[in-house]
Amino acid sequence: MQRPVLVVFPHPDDEAFGVSGSISKFTNQGIPVTYICMTLGEMGRNMGKPTFATRESLPHIRRSELEEACRLAGIKDLRRFGLRDKTVEFEDQEQLADRVLEVIKELDPQLIITFYPGYSVHPDHDACGAAVIRAARKLPEKERPVINCIAFAHNTIEDLGEPDVKRDVSDVIDQKLSVLQAHRSQTEAMVQAMKEQIDAKDPEVMGRFITEKFWTYKW
Amino acid sequence: MKPIQQQDVQRELETFMNQDVYLHLETTNGAYASHFNEKFFSAGAYIRNGLVRFSRGQITGEGPYRIGLKMDLGWIYAEGLTDWELTDNGQLLLAGHDHDGKLAVALELSHEPF
Repeated sequence: MQRPVLVVFPHPDDEAFGVSGSISKFTNQGIPVTYICMTLGEMGRNMGKPTFATRESLPHIRRSELEEACRLAGIKDLRRFGLRDKTVEFEDQEQLADRVLEVIKELDPQLIITFYPGYSVHPDHDACGAAVIRAARKLPEKERPVINCIAFAHNTIEDLGEPDVKRDVSDVIDQKLSVLQAHRSQTEAMVQAMKEQIDAKDPEVMGRFITEKFWTYKW
Repeated sequence: MKPIQQQDVQRELETFMNQDVYLHLETTNGAYASHFNEKFFSAGAYIRNGLVRFSRGQITGEGPYRIGLKMDLGWIYAEGLTDWELTDNGQLLLAGHDHDGKLAVALELSHEPF
């Protein structure tokens, strides 16, 4: 059995955009993937197009979407941390890091994927990435798993340079699209537009969608 | 949810008057607003399960609608409301969806905690 990959994100669908191709490639090769999803995206603004969700029904809808997305991406181990959307940064950061550390110790992952703290735009993204880094820092440096981070703030390239991991996911593009589509309340309109651009081989969309880019965290 | 019918909402608002009720109130322009448009000043606030009591509840406007709830010592206010729903467990949900259908404001009342 190969050592697992651990994916840590705050919202259902965070795994879909920039990582579900990589996840699919791992699970297709038999590498188990564990996904810590910290919230249910309860405060999302997208309610479907046309709207079918309410503020109160959204968490239930997003929970089933998340479970379906995991099934499609081959994720068999989903851990929901039960925090509330938009509040991750206000939680006790030490306790949150300890919860993540517990999972890291249990799984001994070969790789962790999360957001790059400070370069991920949404406060929950930054707090989530920071909790993972804080957790891994508690381990002696040579025992820390490799951490690949997603980053998309405008100053990312300027500050961090080019991403050092670029994974071509064109062979699993249909699987990736299906994962995105599983998050129907959030992605319906976007996936439709994207499909057309992919069919037309729009270079910008192809570059963004078919190549998944990560920055390895430097200690 | 369905488009607000002012009289229906007014009638439901009145069933929450003069008793302790739970409030969810939120405005948001999304966490990405300033990312997509650096000139945009992103702001928002929410309160969940605020325990409140109001003696007057009024919906006004011609769509999008406004609601004011008058408390002993203050007010609760929301504007931009477009849609509403009364859930099976008696929660009154009101939301304002923008031109793309995204939620911009929510005002909700419940007899039990959300």
